Amino acid sequence: MSGILVVAEHRQGQLRPVSVEVIGAAVAAREAGGERVTVAVLGATPATFVDALKLAGVDEIVTVQTANDAFDPDTYQAVAHVLIEARKPSLVLLPHTIDTLGYAAPLAVKGNYGFTTDAFGLARDGESWIATRSGYGQKVNMEIEFPGRTTVVVTIRPGAFKAPDSAATPEVSQFDAPAVTPRSHHISFEEPVASSDVDIAGAEFITSIGRGIGEETHVEQFRELASSLGATLGCSRPIADSGWLPKAHQVGQSGKTAANCKLYLALGISGSVQHMAGMKHVENIIAVNTDPEASIFSIAKYGIVGDIFDIAEELRGHF
Amino acid sequence: MKILVTIKQVASLDEDFELRDDDRDVEADFHVFDLNEWDHYALEEALRLKESGNSDAIEVVVVTVGPDRADEELRKCLAKGADRAIRVWSDELEEADPIGIARALAALARREAPDMIFAGVQASDHAYGATGMALAGLLDWPHAAVVAGLEYTPGAGTASARRELEGGAYANVTVQCPAVLTLQLGINTPRYASLRGIKQAASRPIETIAPDALGLPTDETGKQGSLSRIRRVYVPELGRAQMIEGTPAEQAARLAGIIKEFRGEA
Repeated sequence: MSGILVVAEHRQGQLRPVSVEVIGAAVAAREAGGERVTVAVLGATPATFVDALKLAGVDEIVTVQTANDAFDPDTYQAVAHVLIEARKPSLVLLPHTIDTLGYAAPLAVKGNYGFTTDAFGLARDGESWIATRSGYGQKVNMEIEFPGRTTVVVTIRPGAFKAPDSAATPEVSQFDAPAVTPRSHHISFEEPVASSDVDIAGAEFITSIGRGIGEETHVEQFRELASSLGATLGCSRPIADSGWLPKAHQVGQSGKTAANCKLYLALGISGSVQHMAGMKHVENIIAVNTDPEASIFSIAKYGIVGDIFDIAEELRGHF
Repeated sequence: MKILVTIKQVASLDEDFELRDDDRDVEADFHVFDLNEWDHYALEEALRLKESGNSDAIEVVVVTVGPDRADEELRKCLAKGADRAIRVWSDELEEADPIGIARALAALARREAPDMIFAGVQASDHAYGATGMALAGLLDWPHAAVVAGLEYTPGAGTASARRELEGGAYANVTVQCPAVLTLQLGINTPRYASLRGIKQAASRPIETIAPDALGLPTDETGKQGSLSRIRRVYVPELGRAQMIEGTPAEQAARLAGIIKEFRGEA
């Protein structure tokens, strides 16, 4: 069993950025074990993605022609399974994404491969792979081992690895897809809801609210606070799920990325992995939370342990 | 017509916790248990389907894999309106990873033969996001993950699912039934249990059954049915914000200074 296999992910004709991060993880793992890195890409016209995958450290790109470009879990599972059986890699790396959540576990149980998810670290211990992931809401790290497994499937946390920064000229080959009868069918994509009055991606200063606001009736005072500070009002998932603010305000994996933000004031947001995925890159994060152990304090530049209503009340007097 | 809802008793940690002597988990004394947040949504979706038609026609069965203490979470589901609760357990399952848990659930699902299975997308403690889809793989059922909207007429041959993607986008798919669906937060607004429901649930029976009684072979139970093992747990060295101390007025004054500096006013 040798080699590292990556299955790339794309959507609506675009390679998803996390795919090249997973290649970065594979290239780092290659340095640990010296194994060949193969990147597979499947779809109706897989060749269109090949150039973007020609990255330093990749030895081979395998294209697999399938019926559709849109994701289908049965197709991805079947293709990955036959590729693994044909190539016998020791390590299979997939992105920890919504689509991959739909087929990675069925793939692992079908082949009885070692399996874990959402890893942000990979290491070699002799002949074995070790993956590191979070546990207990990010309070601990867990090292995962795979006793007796010759092939291990690991999904990689977005943002955990850097994409290779230079190009290369790996060999490109084709692989025949197995026959698949999908049991689910893609009908349509829905684009994110556009909003004219909130632009999370473009905002330089965001004041964001989370569960800590407690009740819907409290939203208004923070909207006014954000306005007087000259900030765009953002929120975490529970606020949008409850319908207290439109989805366009939501920062995080399933919401918007605060792409141009320079100052992020997080009020009553504890800091889930999904929320932090949309804002942890911001240079100046200030977090206010009653829980001194809140995860948000591990990425914030400044922290205040306190009641957001008290702080907001006092802050108003300065603007 | 039967809907099976798989649930998990999740653990969060006390503020000051200690690791077990073998370093493979946190000492059990420091666990604080609750029903997984996602599972409230999975149960709610099943209850809504039950209530949307002839309520006697749909049975909502909740199942968990866990020790005695997990009964507490099953009772929460009974209090909200689940018809029946089952707990699968034997000491061997103590060492099961998410796949080992899914094998026990699959054995139970084979016995119950539901028309639909709902699971949460992930659990709030370890967030593997694996158990529900592993169950689908073990049963070889159609499946869809991260469903944020569902149109399904009980008994129909297909369901329409709105899968939540990254960045606020969605994919609409149809999936053949019976299916295993993992449901996302926000798919509905879960109800609270009524006081009457809570009282009644306290005395309702919970079936407990061992995996071998469900026909799960020994070599697929617990550690032997798992695809991973926790080797070591440790507390990561995290970055730490520079804490602004003082009274709320002092803290806010400092915060105002930082904001004004950013705005180029100071």
